[in-house]
Amino acid sequence: MPQSFHPEERSGVGPLFTSPDADQARLFFRQKPRRLTNKLTTARDAVARLVGDGDYLGVGGFGSNRIPTALLHEVVRQGRRQLGLAGHTATHDCQILIAGDCVDRCDVAYVVGLEARGLSRNARRAFEEGRVQVTEWTNAALAWRYRAAAMGVPFLPARIMLGTDTARYSAAREIRCPFTGIRLVALPALFPDVALIHVHRADVYGNCQIEGIMVSDHDLARAARRVIVSTERIIPNEDIRREPTRTAIPYYCVDAVVEIPYGAYPGNMPYEYFSDEEHLQEWLEAEEDPALFAAFVREHIREPADFAAYLERCGGLNRLQELRRLEHFPGKEGDESDR
Amino acid sequence: MSISRARKVTNLTADYNAMELMICLAARCLEDDSTVVVGTGAPCAAAMLAQRTSAPNLMIMFEAGGVGPLLPSMPISVGDSRTFFRGLAAGSMPEIMEACQRGMVDYTFLGGAQIDMYGNVNSTCIGDHTHPRVRFPGSGGANDLASLCWRTMMITPQDRRRFTSRLDFLTTPGYLTGPGAREAAGLPPGTGPYRVITQLAVIGFDPASLRMRVESLHPGVTRQQVSDNTGFELLWAEALGESQPPDPEELRILRQEVDPFRYVIGRA
Repeated sequence: MPQSFHPEERSGVGPLFTSPDADQARLFFRQKPRRLTNKLTTARDAVARLVGDGDYLGVGGFGSNRIPTALLHEVVRQGRRQLGLAGHTATHDCQILIAGDCVDRCDVAYVVGLEARGLSRNARRAFEEGRVQVTEWTNAALAWRYRAAAMGVPFLPARIMLGTDTARYSAAREIRCPFTGIRLVALPALFPDVALIHVHRADVYGNCQIEGIMVSDHDLARAARRVIVSTERIIPNEDIRREPTRTAIPYYCVDAVVEIPYGAYPGNMPYEYFSDEEHLQEWLEAEEDPALFAAFVREHIREPADFAAYLERCGGLNRLQELRRLEHFPGKEGDESDR
Repeated sequence: MSISRARKVTNLTADYNAMELMICLAARCLEDDSTVVVGTGAPCAAAMLAQRTSAPNLMIMFEAGGVGPLLPSMPISVGDSRTFFRGLAAGSMPEIMEACQRGMVDYTFLGGAQIDMYGNVNSTCIGDHTHPRVRFPGSGGANDLASLCWRTMMITPQDRRRFTSRLDFLTTPGYLTGPGAREAAGLPPGTGPYRVITQLAVIGFDPASLRMRVESLHPGVTRQQVSDNTGFELLWAEALGESQPPDPEELRILRQEVDPFRYVIGRA
């Protein structure tokens, strides 16, 4: 029978930013409230109470899709520092946090890029200048690290990263399967201090409904010690009870609920509104010049009193109405016949 | 579709650009009744074209969770709502990655800043990892997909900087150091790079050495041009062929149905 942690098996040299200790996590989860209580609050209060300097953050959605933009703006506005970030296809979300100089360490699967839109100059500068400490991973690695934490186990085995520099600069370890002897990568459980997740509907207790792809939010909501949910709308508890099948995140995972319509803007919210590609391009263009970009961040994040003021600045209801149309009539960008 | 646009497209079928050629060649590699995980851009266009030509039962998947969408247009993100528009399932990232790990996914596509003769790819950084001269996004799902899917493909520009003998960082596994290396590392047997499609040639992998081997040259391209744009020694197929150019029907579908706004084919 091959031995686990055999000397020939390699370890990644990257720092492990969070403890995979499942017993330590159990002690935390033991004292987490079980009771159905009204958790409705404001973004300002939720971030002030539940996100501290130095915390490690997991962000829901997928970079520019169903992201908790309003909560991320609030983190920047309150000037949080030295946060850790799970860079699980972190695109516009990462761009916002780096713009606020909030992050000093990152588990990287995908950062600094905005997929087909191009690369964030400002985020690149932060990583290239060494202002953000990096451990390399992959999207599946971070997804399964959340899964391990959600399961309450210290690691999960997988068949990725093997033989590459990605593994070498990760904090994973190679092990042998105790049953078949094959070589596997052991992915340490990732328990974020805080998860920020945007959903379609939630009741005041934090029971959440999500439309479209789940990405990794099922696991992220269960892996994180504290969870702040922003929601397009609050629904009565009776609506949750009528269709319990639809509850993606149960209340006992959730610490605060904030109602923020268009809270994922300029990201795409499935079945609600499409991403504002023009505004995302404005971000990329503003980042070309650091001084210009500082003014841009001041104007768009620091100065607006709240997210509604940001939405106003970006074109308000008229623009949002256009994005709703794009979402509901995809592929008809130049076609007026559906109006 | 207006008559004026249809006529314009018909006139264009006399010619095609490099991106259109690469997409058509990639589409023809995808067998019917198979599954493919794609990203945005050219790979997505290739899969959509294949569905409308040689592989009507090709199942398209996206790493963020989308399965079998009736794509109304090109997605901007692999997690945007187009990726599950009228789809069969709006799943999750674990759902897709676990399907790959179980052996259910036949093809995937990669991109990257550097590629070597074994099809290993760098999409992480140029220079030292701690203080990189250039930081790229990182693996994203590339390492996962190239580790787990049966056949890995690339659609990429070819030049000496990109086709290099030495990667600054090995983000995503090709055949690593050659025969037996993937298996020794613990990657699932029978997986690996399959085709690399560039603006010059279709490149496969020599079964004995697992090194890049040119399978066909695009019309008008010489061996010299391909060598000049490669930073390592290429192998050449004994029956080196000429790549079959797009036929008018492929071009019509690509231009009218797959990418009418020229998001991808306009980039050539």
